[in-house]
Amino acid sequence: MAVVGALALIAPHLYGNTSLLFTIMTFVVLAEGLNLMYGFTGYLPFGYVGFFGTGAYGTALLVLHTHLPVLLCVAGGGVASAVIALILGPLLRLSGAYFSIANLAASQIIYFVVSNPDLSSITGGPYGLKLQQIYDPPASYAAMAAILLLAIAIAGYFRMSRFGTGLRAMTEDPVSAALAGIDVVRQRLIVWLASALIAGLAGGTYVWNLSVFYPESVFNLQISVFAIVFALFGGVGTVIGPLIGAVILYSFYAVIGVSAPQYFELLYGLLIVLLVLFLPNGLISLLERKRIRVF
Amino acid sequence: MSLLEYALIGGILYGIFFSLVGIGLNLVFGVMRIINLAHGQFVMLGGFGAYVLARALHLNPLFGLPLAVLGAMVIGWPLYYAVVPRLQRSRDPEMLSFILFFGVAQIIEALVTLTFGADQRSLPSDALGSGNIVIIGQAFPDSWGVTVLVSAAAIAGLYLYFSRTRLGYATRAVMADRDEARATGIDVDRVSAIAFIIGLALAGIAGVFVPYMLGSVSPGIGDSLTITSFAIIIIGSLGNPLGTVVGGLVFGIGTMLMQTYYSSWSDLVPYALLVIIVLIRPSGLLGKAVRVA
Repeated sequence: MAVVGALALIAPHLYGNTSLLFTIMTFVVLAEGLNLMYGFTGYLPFGYVGFFGTGAYGTALLVLHTHLPVLLCVAGGGVASAVIALILGPLLRLSGAYFSIANLAASQIIYFVVSNPDLSSITGGPYGLKLQQIYDPPASYAAMAAILLLAIAIAGYFRMSRFGTGLRAMTEDPVSAALAGIDVVRQRLIVWLASALIAGLAGGTYVWNLSVFYPESVFNLQISVFAIVFALFGGVGTVIGPLIGAVILYSFYAVIGVSAPQYFELLYGLLIVLLVLFLPNGLISLLERKRIRVF
Repeated sequence: MSLLEYALIGGILYGIFFSLVGIGLNLVFGVMRIINLAHGQFVMLGGFGAYVLARALHLNPLFGLPLAVLGAMVIGWPLYYAVVPRLQRSRDPEMLSFILFFGVAQIIEALVTLTFGADQRSLPSDALGSGNIVIIGQAFPDSWGVTVLVSAAAIAGLYLYFSRTRLGYATRAVMADRDEARATGIDVDRVSAIAFIIGLALAGIAGVFVPYMLGSVSPGIGDSLTITSFAIIIIGSLGNPLGTVVGGLVFGIGTMLMQTYYSSWSDLVPYALLVIIVLIRPSGLLGKAVRVA
């Protein structure tokens, strides 16, 4: 964890493109947050971007309509996401694929509600929001780094603690886990809220950095897809898996994909197919096969 | 109020078409418990097949129907055998198939975008008849009439397949319980592969009519079609073909009403329907209980 923190702080001095680094960090946070859900409960929130967007809009609206300091607004964005997660809590009753689709539908609903022209006076509708007054790249960069550390800390906690072992039991076999005294529903809900909180905080910090944004940029399904692919590629259920996955794949994207999106989509699709068929546990599993214990 | 009548009747017609769109997905899920996230993309392929036939070869788009069936066989058979047996053996077939077919969806969408560009394509509007048909005083384009006829025929055909043919019986057996069906000597893989191909063929057939019902076809419509199909089959209970028809009607009427009265919210309809049904009655309107974690 210290290593990552140090890296995040030094990196801007080594490589001038801080906005790229910022985006990489954003995706690492998202991949880690998604990993919390998928890796530790087996539920894949296909609409993960919904929380990201909710955090973004929550923060933005707080900034525009109240005069609270920025950090509180970002925290508020995270809280907004957690609230939405609580409202969507009943979705956790569903089994795997149903949950994923319903989650996707829910995030699309949030997107349509937020971007609806009828609500422009509150949410800015399809025209987006502008937050010039708090534009502060170095501070938002630091904030994102802090959130990154938080995400890693939570993931580490899940992996190392008794709570985490309970989660893994729950993923494998909920019935036996319940018999063993693990409160399956409550634990799943806690992970769900934590995952949403991380995404919300990330969303809030992202728009803090960006300061002008449209609904499409924070509710884009592609963000969910990236988070899922990054986490899968690196290895779900571990802590450094999503980190490595996000860094490698997003850098790849930044180099090639931005200029030729269709080829990139093709490659991504192929990558996903090959991953699922041959390497469902991600890159990390290659190490684990050699009996190297991975954090 | 003729506006309401138009919305209701149009909704029924629209809904029957969407039942066709969704029924392929329902079949694939019912038989293999695999969620084909690429379903919308296959529908889109059907649409583009018809487009190529109509624009490049100047044939009537209805020729797209046999093309769709042929395409389904050519793509479906290898795709099934390359992917499904592995998936059934893995530790979490449901989720992994989900992700895998998502990858397939991306690949198809990317290939089509590379070949045709991202623009919307439409078909000649009078290829299926240039007049209007009149139902209870409301006028609809001829193409809608043709679409509904073909959709109804396809659904009826599927019903006959299930109730009259040996293969259909075998398919129903596999849908009920895969292992028991295998124990009775049914070649589950072959039946599943055929069901998969039929599902893709139905998707392609629906795709031929997409430009007429939705105005145009473009590579990007796959995702919303997939979600809409999901909403429809979940509303109508997964695995029950009749349910898909019910779901389609609910969706069709709902969308038409929304478009008439609150049009800026009409995009919400499939998603809202999905979430509501899944929270209130996950087994759908016609179904038995669904596995709940």
